[in-house]
Amino acid sequence: MAVAQKNPSADAKAVADFSKEQELSAYRAMLTIRRFEEKAGQMYGMGLIGGFCHLYIGQEAVVVGMQMALNDGDQVITGYRDHGHMIATGMDPKGVMAELTGRAHGYSKGKGGSMHMFSVEKGFYGGHGIVGAQVPLGTGLAFANHYRDNKSITITYFGDGAANQGQVYESFNMAELWKLPVVYVIENNRYAMGTAINRSSAEVNLSRRGLSFNIPGDQVDGMDVRAVKAAGEKAAEWCRAGKGPYILEMLTYRYRGHSMSDPAKYRTREEVDEVRTHHDPIDMARHRILEKKLASEDALKKIDGEVRDLINQAAEFATHDPEPDVSELYTNVYR
Amino acid sequence: MPTEVLMPALSPTMEKGNLAKWLKKEGDQVKSGDVIAEIETDKATMEVEAADEGTLGKILVPEGTNDVAVNTPIAVILGEGEDKGSIKTAKPVQQQKALGSAPPTKTQKEQAKPQDSPAPKGAKAPAAPAPQAANAPGIPEGTEMVTMTMREALRDAMAEEMRRDKDVFVMGEEVAEYQGAYKVTQGLLQEFGAKRVIDTPITEHGFAGLGIGAALSGLKPVVEFMTFNFAMQAMDQLINSAAKTLYMSGGQMGCQIVFRGPNGAAARVAAQHSQDYSAWYSHIPGLKVIAPSTAADAKGLLKAAIRDPNPVIFLENEILYGHSSPVPKLDDFVLPIGKAKIARAGNDVTIIAWSMGMSYALKAAEELAEAGIDAEVIDLRTLKPMDTETIIASVQKTGRVVTVEEGWQQSGVGAELAARILERAFDYLDAPVARVSGKDVPMPYAANLEKLALPSVTDVVEAAKAVCYR
Repeated sequence: MAVAQKNPSADAKAVADFSKEQELSAYRAMLTIRRFEEKAGQMYGMGLIGGFCHLYIGQEAVVVGMQMALNDGDQVITGYRDHGHMIATGMDPKGVMAELTGRAHGYSKGKGGSMHMFSVEKGFYGGHGIVGAQVPLGTGLAFANHYRDNKSITITYFGDGAANQGQVYESFNMAELWKLPVVYVIENNRYAMGTAINRSSAEVNLSRRGLSFNIPGDQVDGMDVRAVKAAGEKAAEWCRAGKGPYILEMLTYRYRGHSMSDPAKYRTREEVDEVRTHHDPIDMARHRILEKKLASEDALKKIDGEVRDLINQAAEFATHDPEPDVSELYTNVYR
Repeated sequence: MPTEVLMPALSPTMEKGNLAKWLKKEGDQVKSGDVIAEIETDKATMEVEAADEGTLGKILVPEGTNDVAVNTPIAVILGEGEDKGSIKTAKPVQQQKALGSAPPTKTQKEQAKPQDSPAPKGAKAPAAPAPQAANAPGIPEGTEMVTMTMREALRDAMAEEMRRDKDVFVMGEEVAEYQGAYKVTQGLLQEFGAKRVIDTPITEHGFAGLGIGAALSGLKPVVEFMTFNFAMQAMDQLINSAAKTLYMSGGQMGCQIVFRGPNGAAARVAAQHSQDYSAWYSHIPGLKVIAPSTAADAKGLLKAAIRDPNPVIFLENEILYGHSSPVPKLDDFVLPIGKAKIARAGNDVTIIAWSMGMSYALKAAEELAEAGIDAEVIDLRTLKPMDTETIIASVQKTGRVVTVEEGWQQSGVGAELAARILERAFDYLDAPVARVSGKDVPMPYAANLEKLALPSVTDVVEAAKAVCYR
């Protein structure tokens, strides 16, 4: 089989323009994630959120663009940098934030936390804390779709760090062997915790990681929501046609540390600033909207205000919701 | 109203830090997400981002200040139309909501903890619920018994459940075309086809995770490990994904899945292929662990395991596969999980075993009978949840206990049994609990050494005599 292996810039250029509605809804969705994460970071600093907290700031275009390429009934699964995926799949920011603060009305009743939230209703299957473990699980979700012949597909996200886990390749092998409808989205944000990709990976073009299994892969500009959606649609179509798995390597960047307590000695401020200034997915969307006059400055300000209110309400809820009742200690171990 | 920027914490345990550097100066415009300052502790540095738009009205803590307490206001941001004059009415960002009108103080971190919680720090955990085992269904009188091997009983159990429920499928290495490495899945491919009887690559970690993923979406996989020795490759998925997801999701999502295959020592396959994992799996909340010793129990319990909505570890034994015993001929013979069986009634000493250990225990009981000792033998059948009631009732009768397992002694199932008996029946004991177990060595290959490393009938007999002071 010929394996699609393109120049990433070529892929990025092959981007169809969004309609006004698409631009505005993508802008709002990305902004919602950004504001949610900023608020989460702030609440962490205040001691309202404990443990690990991995923020998605900078990578918003990936999950928002992919979500635009999906149908009802499709499933999403990811690792621990997962708040963006929850918001993008339509989970209520109140329930997500209340889980972060460990409260009774969090999505997991406060028993899961940042890395362990789920919504079967929204097709979101977690939220998994062990690097790479979600890859066989997502392949299993795709196996179930294949078993039921229901035409749904599974988007299995993982990072450049997880891409070096053995179970990823065990999954690739079975997915191609059995032609399972799964899109592997590798969110390459360049750093596995503090290790730059070239220090951890013999092959840094992660879209090629499926080559020996005959799984096609593309590199995609993960900072451009339009490029992500276009790539997502192509991969989804491949899966729905029964051709098996597809790999999309999203070239993206996280602005914040790996988790909250990250000394960030492994990269320069200039590098971070360069991406924030010139490649920010939200700023770029905003400029396009204004440039093409799809909306006025005032209309965007209104969206900004609505998003801020939504997130403030979520924070308010998550701050005042009670902790889970002590009787919950022993529930949900078995059913 | 102006908003205060507070000294953030890098971790839940951080109480103070140094304000290393201001990246914005008074009068600068800031917008949400702008890095305005750097703070550091002895472990790490962190950027402080503005959460609101406006003008940096006043820097309250100059750069270079050490030991700034978490939640101390470090700056004030002015909104549109506000000037420095309004600074004294500043509200601390977020805390205003979290704390009502309480001003930010050094104790704020404590106060930020929820006040209306029913579980204050140091709250006593409620009592753990007692495990519930369903009542054993009686086998109707006059039921015909059919003698079959455990291998056939297991195969029949899977076939019956697959006929009953299309969501049940079997996967594993060599389960289909090869008919099972130990022939346990013989004939299933022919009856159910390749879609439901699936040969996997040799990829335990991968197919265990794939099976769990399929179960999270509602299918009911029966995953065969060629032996549980190979399941160590899959341990992360079994524990972290299968056992914990229901709890971590607050009950929203669990997985109905059975992992089965031979466990423990076979014969002359040496250290890496001869381990007993009874204690490993029964340590884990969220898993059920079953280890039958007879064909009938194997059938009734495997059917129950496949129907159970939780992940079940089903430990078989290669040597027992070929052993024959009677199985009731019923349309739907299902046994309750979590219920031990008194395999032999007696009054003088209680011998507790399961799986292969039952072979030693029952033979030992016969020898003991000849020596005038009337042993009661309990077959645990399920290791988790453990049927403590049946054990305690027996110990209250006999006052003497011997546990038998192939696994190692330290932190073993025998150790757990001894602890439960001490906790619940200490006053009934006439002797310390004796443990017969595998010796504390990797399994040797040489025939004579292997025999020494495993428990034996003689070991059990001697232990029973010792606790009876005979």
